[in-house]
Amino acid sequence: MTKLSGTDVLKLARLARLELSEDEVEKFRTELSDILGYVEQLQGVDAKGLEPTYQVTGLTNIMRPDEIVAYGPSQKELLKNVPAVEANQIKVKRVLG
Amino acid sequence: MSVWPSIVEIARQVQSGRLKAAELVDRSLEAIANKNDYKAIIATTEERARKRAKEIDECVRKGQKVGKLAGVPFIAKDNFLVFGADTTAASNILRGFDAPYQATVIARLEAEGAICVAKANLDAFGHGASTENSDFMVTKNPHDKTRVAGGSSGGSAAAVVLDMAPFALGTDTGGSTRQPASFAGCVGYKPTYGLISRSGVIAMASSTDTIGTLARSVEDASLVIDVMAGIDSLDSVTIDKDAAGYDTAKTDYKLKGNRIGLIKEYMTDDVDKGVRKVIGVAVTKLKKAGAEIKEISLPSLPLSLATYYIVVPAEISSNLSRYDGQRYGYSYKDAKDLEASYNKSRATGFGYEAKRRIMIGTYVLSSGYYDAYYKQAQIVRTKLINEFNNAFKEVDFLAGPVTPTTAFKVGENTKDPLKMYLADVMTVAASLVGIPAISIPAGTIQGLPVGLQLMAPQRQDRVLLGLARASEDLFA
Repeated sequence: MTKLSGTDVLKLARLARLELSEDEVEKFRTELSDILGYVEQLQGVDAKGLEPTYQVTGLTNIMRPDEIVAYGPSQKELLKNVPAVEANQIKVKRVLG
Repeated sequence: MSVWPSIVEIARQVQSGRLKAAELVDRSLEAIANKNDYKAIIATTEERARKRAKEIDECVRKGQKVGKLAGVPFIAKDNFLVFGADTTAASNILRGFDAPYQATVIARLEAEGAICVAKANLDAFGHGASTENSDFMVTKNPHDKTRVAGGSSGGSAAAVVLDMAPFALGTDTGGSTRQPASFAGCVGYKPTYGLISRSGVIAMASSTDTIGTLARSVEDASLVIDVMAGIDSLDSVTIDKDAAGYDTAKTDYKLKGNRIGLIKEYMTDDVDKGVRKVIGVAVTKLKKAGAEIKEISLPSLPLSLATYYIVVPAEISSNLSRYDGQRYGYSYKDAKDLEASYNKSRATGFGYEAKRRIMIGTYVLSSGYYDAYYKQAQIVRTKLINEFNNAFKEVDFLAGPVTPTTAFKVGENTKDPLKMYLADVMTVAASLVGIPAISIPAGTIQGLPVGLQLMAPQRQDRVLLGLARASEDLFA
């Protein structure tokens, strides 16, 4: 059964872009170990000849003509919830050092 | 007795001018204000609702067409984008989010004259079975304030039972409409995956997310589903609606001759004895009315919860990656660089359950573990689908309880996440398989409601609603 260490939890938190408190790291260490222990019951299931299911509709390749469709909301409306806007663009901190 | 007539009757009276849409909106807002202590509602859309009611009444006065839901108030779970109030998904990270457009289903309901009056509480982002994971408040059960109303659409279910509106919208990713319907005592419908557009509804797990309907009767639910169903170019997994529609479901439906399979794995000792008894009595009534009842076994069902708690957190971790503090939602102001801005915005904005699911999802999708967890879960999902397909060769419908117990006490399951996840044990299979399923009130135990769950093959929503209508009459 999977037992996560504090380092494992911090590595996951880094991948998920989540800063965790010390208390959260400790709680997740035990809780995630328990939850993973529970879901590990699937690992013994005979998978021979079975393909994974990623979607259940049976639909494939829904196409539409490659043309501009009027979507509705204006640029202004779409930008109204953005924390920082400059020149009608989303402003973020420097990406490249 | 409910204060609301049937939806068909309300719309008829509004169309004829005997009842004003404005009065209906008043009645709804009054009920919401009077029953505020149940904490079902996050915010009302009062101003916009009154304006729309006035417009509808004006159309009626001028003799213009007003639609088949004319003047009917409804409540939307707060993960639907709606004009007139913030859309928060009951999360701090979306506090203050002002929807730039409306969900397709809201637009379709409005086009038929329905009026959204309020936004209902939920477990933040739909993560939970009790609304105890709402970042704002816990919704109380209409039958006992010390108990939960279920979740994640607990606010919507409680609102319908408390007569705040004739119907409410929920979402159902693993039981989030059926389970609160069972706990609170109303009808809760989860459609075939893809039947109703999710455009403008905040995504949880895209391969099982569906739009749920909560109502006081199957007849009311069928009419609402009929208005919402069908292809939408903004949700590319949507499928055609049944050409015969859904609101005519009763007229050509008979219980006699239909084969209903009672699911063996859902009637074990793990399920409360009282719940099994109510389901047993309900099934006997169906049998007396002419249905053929047999026991059906789906041997992989006990694996469905583990499958769900791999697939769904994986998709959650992916869907919640968009809340990064840059494009919308809470943004940590004093971060020194972009990375810190992501980490701190998400750390502050997300509640504990969202974080837990992001962490599980990240683990099962991470390199080295993907095959053992995520891929294996999707293979077990195939196994489940095969077993349901085989079962539907023997019977037309499947039946069982919705939940293993009646509504639990507030705080009873919050300490142990696995125990809380078990509330979904009998609803997740229909979600993974993509079939329609409904919870209808079948009885009570010490005053607390128990729902009967009925399921049908994919795209058989019309006959399922027909069966449910016939069943509902028997249990009334």
